[in-house]
Amino acid sequence: MAEAIETGASGKLNRRAVVRALLKDRAGLLVIGGLGAPAWDITAVGDCPENLPLWGGMGGAAMMGLGLALAQPERKVLVITGDGEMLMGVGSLATIAVQRPRNLSVVVLDNEHYGETGMQETHTRHGVDLAGMAKAAGFADARLIREAAEVHALREAIHAGNGPLFAQIKVDEKNEPLVLPPREASILQARMREAILGPEAHLQ
Amino acid sequence: MQREQLEMAPDAATDWPDRIYALLKEHGIRQVALVPDAGHARLIRRCEADNDIRVVPLTTEEEGIAQLFGAWLGGQKGVLLMQSSGVGNCINMLSVAIAHRTPLPMIVTMRGDFGEFNPFQVPMGNATQTVLEAMGTLVKRADRPEDVADTVNATLRLAFNTYRPTATLIGQRVIGAKTFGK
Repeated sequence: MAEAIETGASGKLNRRAVVRALLKDRAGLLVIGGLGAPAWDITAVGDCPENLPLWGGMGGAAMMGLGLALAQPERKVLVITGDGEMLMGVGSLATIAVQRPRNLSVVVLDNEHYGETGMQETHTRHGVDLAGMAKAAGFADARLIREAAEVHALREAIHAGNGPLFAQIKVDEKNEPLVLPPREASILQARMREAILGPEAHLQ
Repeated sequence: MQREQLEMAPDAATDWPDRIYALLKEHGIRQVALVPDAGHARLIRRCEADNDIRVVPLTTEEEGIAQLFGAWLGGQKGVLLMQSSGVGNCINMLSVAIAHRTPLPMIVTMRGDFGEFNPFQVPMGNATQTVLEAMGTLVKRADRPEDVADTVNATLRLAFNTYRPTATLIGQRVIGAKTFGK
């Protein structure tokens, strides 16, 4: 029986609980966390070398996932980012759909706000349908998720490797406590490379 | 006016695009991210014909900065091909390569540089080297066909040996200026 996923005051899913469910028994899953709350979320669930939390590069998270997925076709790659970050790089949905990486999943935790800058509304608050945009770009599997059971099914799909997969998960807008990852980005890069490539990573 | 007058591509007799391709192979480049430019057309065709090189056309050049960071995370080397106007689209995303110390070679064909006809190309062409250097990129220029390969080689070596964004700017004089008959 899958664990329950708590909801917030809005009745929408709690973002930390969603990320905890997605990263459960993650095996070798490589995870890129978009700047802001998604980076804090993946860190709160458990910082590790297979996590690449971002401190910047807004709009680039999905494309980082593409480059990594193409370089490591035997590994599953998961990008977890926010609605504001995805909107800034929304053209990358077209670029990724054309490349069709089977091992890449892009998950947007959609709280409909810019959470780090004063909770200004994003376009998704006004009806912009990111899953629909991904579908129109050519993602065969593009999901809009509101329910816990759908999150558990998404976790299975991420590990199935029938991507590219896109999911927009509506989450409660409440900010969670800050759980900050390391800020020295050369270490974040080097530790993931070593986790994938072994000690030779530093001799490439 | 003929279409050929609108495009700006290297003379068919010149060999520098083929020499760049040979350098990409020598350095083990596996991902080539690009927004097309006529000056790169021949090199792009060579890369597309190579099953060991993944060519990724982008909707905007900054996607390429992010992609090549991801490639390096996974142990693959890449290069970004673009026109000088595209450099302007990359500026903030270069912080990703600088902060992570990611090797990130760029090969830029210049517009707005030498005998330019289109006024819109001049502001970014004039600023290309300045803004790249302002963002910590090591920039080398090649303004003669015979200098292109050595300059690109230096750009690749500097990127992968010293872990930073680097760029070769291929001058418009090398590629040929559009004149639209003027």
